[in-house]
Amino acid sequence: MGKDYQYDNQTVNGFIVSSIFWGVVGIVIGLWISIQMWAPSWNIAPYFTFGRLRAVHTNGLAFGLGLGAIFGIFYYIVMRLTKRPLLFPKLARYHLYLFNAAIALAAISLFAGMNQSLEYAELEWPLDLGVVILWVIFAVNIFGTIIKRKEEQMYISLWYIIATVVAVAVLYIVNNLSIPVTLTKSYHLFAGVNSANVQWWYGHNAVGFVFTTPILAMFYYFLPKSTGIPIYSHRLSIISFWSLVFAYLWTGAHHLVYTPLPDWIQTLAIVFTMFLIAPSWGSVVNGYYTVGADWSKMRTNYLTKFFILGITFYGLQTIQGPTQGLRIVSQLIHYTDWVPGHVHMGTMGWVTMTAAASIYYIIPKIYNTQIYSEKIANIHFWFVLVGQLIFSVTMWITGIQQGALWKATNPDGSLAYSFMEGLAKNYPYWQLRTLGGIIFTVGMLFFIYNIYMTIKRGNMASSKA
Amino acid sequence: MSGDIYKKPILFAVVSAVVILIGTIATMFIPMLTPQMHPKLENLKPYTPLQLVGRDVYMSEGCHYCHTQTVRPLKTEVMRYGEYSKAGEFAYDHPFLWGSKRTGPDLARIGGKYPDAWHYGHFEDPQRFFAESNMPKYGWLKGYPVDPVEAEASVKALGLPYTKADIDALKGKNKLDAIVAYMQVLGIAVAKKPAASSAQIMGDKKNPLSGNASAIAAGKKLYDANCAACHGAEGKGGIGPSLVDNVWLYKEGDVSDGFIYTVIAEGTTAGKEIEGRTAKGGMPPYSSMFDQDKIWSMTAYIRSLQNK
Repeated sequence: MGKDYQYDNQTVNGFIVSSIFWGVVGIVIGLWISIQMWAPSWNIAPYFTFGRLRAVHTNGLAFGLGLGAIFGIFYYIVMRLTKRPLLFPKLARYHLYLFNAAIALAAISLFAGMNQSLEYAELEWPLDLGVVILWVIFAVNIFGTIIKRKEEQMYISLWYIIATVVAVAVLYIVNNLSIPVTLTKSYHLFAGVNSANVQWWYGHNAVGFVFTTPILAMFYYFLPKSTGIPIYSHRLSIISFWSLVFAYLWTGAHHLVYTPLPDWIQTLAIVFTMFLIAPSWGSVVNGYYTVGADWSKMRTNYLTKFFILGITFYGLQTIQGPTQGLRIVSQLIHYTDWVPGHVHMGTMGWVTMTAAASIYYIIPKIYNTQIYSEKIANIHFWFVLVGQLIFSVTMWITGIQQGALWKATNPDGSLAYSFMEGLAKNYPYWQLRTLGGIIFTVGMLFFIYNIYMTIKRGNMASSKA
Repeated sequence: MSGDIYKKPILFAVVSAVVILIGTIATMFIPMLTPQMHPKLENLKPYTPLQLVGRDVYMSEGCHYCHTQTVRPLKTEVMRYGEYSKAGEFAYDHPFLWGSKRTGPDLARIGGKYPDAWHYGHFEDPQRFFAESNMPKYGWLKGYPVDPVEAEASVKALGLPYTKADIDALKGKNKLDAIVAYMQVLGIAVAKKPAASSAQIMGDKKNPLSGNASAIAAGKKLYDANCAACHGAEGKGGIGPSLVDNVWLYKEGDVSDGFIYTVIAEGTTAGKEIEGRTAKGGMPPYSSMFDQDKIWSMTAYIRSLQNK
């Protein structure tokens, strides 16, 4: 291909490196709070207690690692699928600076205890405004570039990118509507039951449009790119896309089963949650059948296994999640450690696995080189896989145990276990979870080393990609 | 269907937005416009400035990451925590703080369960009350005074009623005072159900395990884990009264084993009459936590403390 333009590789690179940096911060804090669960002396008041660090952990990883990777990888994908550079390359650079400033301020404010107390919408209102500005900058560039594209047909990944940009904007603005008191404090505009309904409409769809649709955009782009095999069924991808983005928004209230929220909203959410299995598995099946054209890719192409294991965990996640929504299951496992086990299968197994593989694909391309070591990538793969499985499985076991102990009664009808007796039985599992986390972290260090060495031996200036 | 939409990004974005908004409108926006999402119990009182500051501390310290504030309508849950949560209890909650995880117990009905002194002691050193607890210590909150100016701005922002006296009363208060005040107001808009009467169980008010050495040993274990933090390791009192001075509910003189059983099982709700003595509150009921044998064992152990 003759090139009369340059892709803006530096911004893509900047976002990827930034996201890895915030990922390290988030993961280290994750390890720290996992230790606090079984060793309360690791709480250092006031800035480093569990209650403050948990928000830094979730925000650092969802928005620092997650969104950072999404911004960078989306810019990369959009430029390739539109066959043109970004419409506003300078704006994208400011986007990168603003993003890092926002995440840094977010972390500081959360350490300082400024917390709206809405899960995954913790940041106080001035930072919310900053996030909205960031998102507008991003949306303008993405839409502008797509509108001025040189390739008429929009590929699947662009659908998911457009849906992400639209949905996150709606979700974030509505749930962060608040009554400011001071610069660092505000109250949710909504109250009580209504506040709960708005928050979990947001909370669940933040998972949908930060941890699902963007990662599917990566999956649909990089799986065919890595394997050289086109996506198995275009029609299946159309059905999956529309039914996924339609059904997701109905399901937030499955987080509120057995709460005072009106029953009909809970039930409707549970029904749509069950329905969501279909579009989720549409993508899973599409992924399997794509690689099914040549399963030897699992051996010969080191990235294929990342994508296939990633989509497998997505598939397991989207079976387990709807199951948890059922009242009979919810009454046992809700509020227990089962739930963090579920969340981390998604984030460590699906999101991180797929994003890391996408980064393995991108970095050598923009640095005009090969990956530094496929062997190290394979070691990375096995460490994060084993670490994540230890994490999730131990939490599922202890979650079921907790739920059962809370329900257990003596023959005379009194409760068989005090709360403290139930809590104490978690300790060995919480310790094992820390071990799983350490193994996962070691895997991520192999990944970072591999990326660092690849960047070091490559040369972006001569990039013609 | 024509494939045109996949060539028209603006149309695609508009259609996506509409598809996304259908579920949003049906399950979030429309309910918001109906009264079922804005219920308020008649005897629900707005937060006082001090309670609201306490709630701010609760939010700021991320207490909601480990404690829920909603009791589900499930049998054992109601036994453990009290009456299940009602929609009308949360009208002043901006935002709701139901939480999503119970690393620690639910707090929806913590108000009035323990005396203030219990909360101060427990915030300062949770492990003194529950040796295996993983809760961080929060005594350091004492070092942070309540800011009356910000507190007034907060109640104003939420449109809650307050008087100048309420704001003046904040002077000299610290954040630990505030969060204790908040704890004591949680869930009190719903009347506590009295614990099941123990009259049937007590029989002739004599402890069937009286003097039984293994029961006393079992009772000691239960006492150390559940009672010692308030009544002292040797029963000499602390947050709760002494159990060895032969003063029972503020009156000196012997009581039956059944009296001790009833206090453990049913608690000391203010106004409750037990064997001619009147309770003034302070101790929660334990009948849903311990079966008869356990309560009789503790009774036997408490008797053994007296005889020391």
